[in-house]
Amino acid sequence: MTLGEIGEQTVSTAGGVFSAAWLLIVFPLIGAAALLLGSRRLDRAYGVLGCMAPLASFVVAAALFVAMLGREPEQRAISVPLYDLFAVGDYQVGVGLLVDQLSIAFSLLITGVGSLIHVYSIGYMAHDENRQRFFGYLNLFVAAMLLLVLADDYLVLYVGWEGVGLASYLLIGFWQHKDSAAVAAKKAFVVNRVGDFGMSLAVMSMVVVFGTTAFAGVFPAAADASEGWLIAIGLLLLLGACGKSAQFPLQSWLLDAMEGPTPVSALIHAATMVTAGVYLVVRSAAIYAGAEPAQTAVVVVGTITALMGAIIGCAKDDIKKALAGSTMSQIGYMMLAAGLGPAGYAFAIFHLLTHGFFKAELFLGAGSVMHGMNDEVDMRRYGGLRTVMRTTYVTFAAGYLAIIGIPPFAGFFSKDSIIEAAFANNFVAGLGALVGAGITGFYMTRVMLMTFFGERRWAPDAHPHESPSVMTVPLWILAGLSLVGGAALLYVGGGIVQWLEPVTGEEHVELGIPVWAMTLVILAVVLVGVAVAWQIFGRQPLPVTAPAGSPVTVAARRDLYGDAVNEAVFMRPGQYLTRSLVYVDNRGVDGAVVGTASAVGQFSSRLRRWQTGFVRSYALSMLAGAAVVVIAMLLVRLP
Amino acid sequence: MSPTPYLVLASILFTIGGTGVLLRRNALVAFMSVELMLNACNLAFVAFARMHGDIDGQVAAFFVMVVAAAEVVVGLAIIVTIFRTRRSASVDDASLLKL
Repeated sequence: MTLGEIGEQTVSTAGGVFSAAWLLIVFPLIGAAALLLGSRRLDRAYGVLGCMAPLASFVVAAALFVAMLGREPEQRAISVPLYDLFAVGDYQVGVGLLVDQLSIAFSLLITGVGSLIHVYSIGYMAHDENRQRFFGYLNLFVAAMLLLVLADDYLVLYVGWEGVGLASYLLIGFWQHKDSAAVAAKKAFVVNRVGDFGMSLAVMSMVVVFGTTAFAGVFPAAADASEGWLIAIGLLLLLGACGKSAQFPLQSWLLDAMEGPTPVSALIHAATMVTAGVYLVVRSAAIYAGAEPAQTAVVVVGTITALMGAIIGCAKDDIKKALAGSTMSQIGYMMLAAGLGPAGYAFAIFHLLTHGFFKAELFLGAGSVMHGMNDEVDMRRYGGLRTVMRTTYVTFAAGYLAIIGIPPFAGFFSKDSIIEAAFANNFVAGLGALVGAGITGFYMTRVMLMTFFGERRWAPDAHPHESPSVMTVPLWILAGLSLVGGAALLYVGGGIVQWLEPVTGEEHVELGIPVWAMTLVILAVVLVGVAVAWQIFGRQPLPVTAPAGSPVTVAARRDLYGDAVNEAVFMRPGQYLTRSLVYVDNRGVDGAVVGTASAVGQFSSRLRRWQTGFVRSYALSMLAGAAVVVIAMLLVRLP
Repeated sequence: MSPTPYLVLASILFTIGGTGVLLRRNALVAFMSVELMLNACNLAFVAFARMHGDIDGQVAAFFVMVVAAAEVVVGLAIIVTIFRTRRSASVDDASLLKL
């Protein structure tokens, strides 16, 4: 039975293993409930309990994937209706899952990389007394993200969307006894609310335009909808995506989000959260297909963010913030690709998956370094760690080579595809992506050199040591994925482009110059970036305190003044507005009420004077009254 | 007959009564002044009844007397009670009923 079309394929109902797809979400949800609501005695088994749920989900996702491989490419989208949430008139919302090529790719990434991060956290959070709560939040995060990517209705997707925002808030502020962490969590939440606002408006617009929010209802109808509405919905969805994916102009929360424990950063940056925006844009392909300006906006946002993130990453001395800048930049690449339409969707997802591997690797590697260095994050206090932390060094190097795009590491394939597609579509976007690749080479080499090479600039009480194997094993696995993941995804069994083609459609654009020439150009640019970094940071000793630096460096250290702009444009006028409203309320509204009351009070206290208690004065007033009555009667009668 | 002399007398008596009520502090004197005002009215009633040759005014005068008698009963009782509790019959001393 078919349920309609999504993308270019029909959707069939669930059967066999697919009807168990809901277990994907339920496992981590149960895990979260058990860890958060259960007894404190569960703390003794926190590791097993925490990791069981994502691992079980990964098994389910893998089983679904295998089952999907056994079907015809056009039969791989399966709808799993669960129950009806509510029905209001013609508007019905049923909770259901859409298991197709796109959502299964995300599910595998979320549960796979997510499981590795969970395992790593066993070692990383071993000495934290709130580790049970930590794992509960992690499971909640995974559950919300899975709901987000598996939902078959924008409204249900929105539930997962908010769940991700909540979980990220809880995790970024996990060490809320630190003021900076509490503030960062609040900031992430507030900035995300701005994006969520766009998202909710988009969902409401869909109800107005299409009368439904189900994918199966929206996507076929999008072809006939008016272009104005499609552009509006596309831009609103982009606003939502910008919030979750930390894209310009809502990028400011991401760098502060480093206040959370390092595995959280890895989870946010690699498997969950920031990928949600890219997913949203790719999933809404049918809407963007009819909204050219909205697509252009996606490309512009992606290009700007790719460059901004890269520039910020160049100046940060905090290893996590340098990596956070790089995440912004890489997600910018994905957005850029997603904005190119069918020509770029598959590459966006491709880069998202490889980025999930190597960015998780880099963050967990950074966490391993911090773990060995008493939680020191300043790279100027590192140096020469390659001899004392061999495993971390080797695996981090794999992530490093993958992110800058050296063949045959994963990033080479995915980033090259995006840059080529960008050049084929628009020269400016392509140039931005190419320059971004060069800057990526620069800042990642800087991170590498400052951390693992050069002389030892350690703090006097630092005794760096290698992390326990519960942390290094995930590092090895992720390093392996960073090495082979790109080639495997691109070539095995027809590759990811062919795999996603039924969902995203395909459009091959010819490049003006041969592909090998383009690849050489990209590699050359990257190597220039590496060489410049080597020239600056590799050849002479580094000062422990940061030099003043050029205006560009200063700007990049301050996140290119993103916070300053937000403060000047939104925060201060907002505060003035609220203050003036409070003033109007106190003086105007309250003043009117209080003034009326005091006027009545004063009048009555004047009136009270008449009640003297002296009988004779009452008699006098009676006499005066009688006289007035008599005079009035005489006046009336006289004429 | 001309009612003018009676009315003039009634006005004089009424004014004396009213002045007494307003100026005297002793409750008993004020009370007597009130009686004087009532009787001034009675005199006017009776004079008008005589002028018109009917008995309406005289009936009204009787009503006033009845009311005055009842008032004396109640009023004197109150005054005596006040005098007993406060050892004073001054109306200005009994000025507690005020805000």
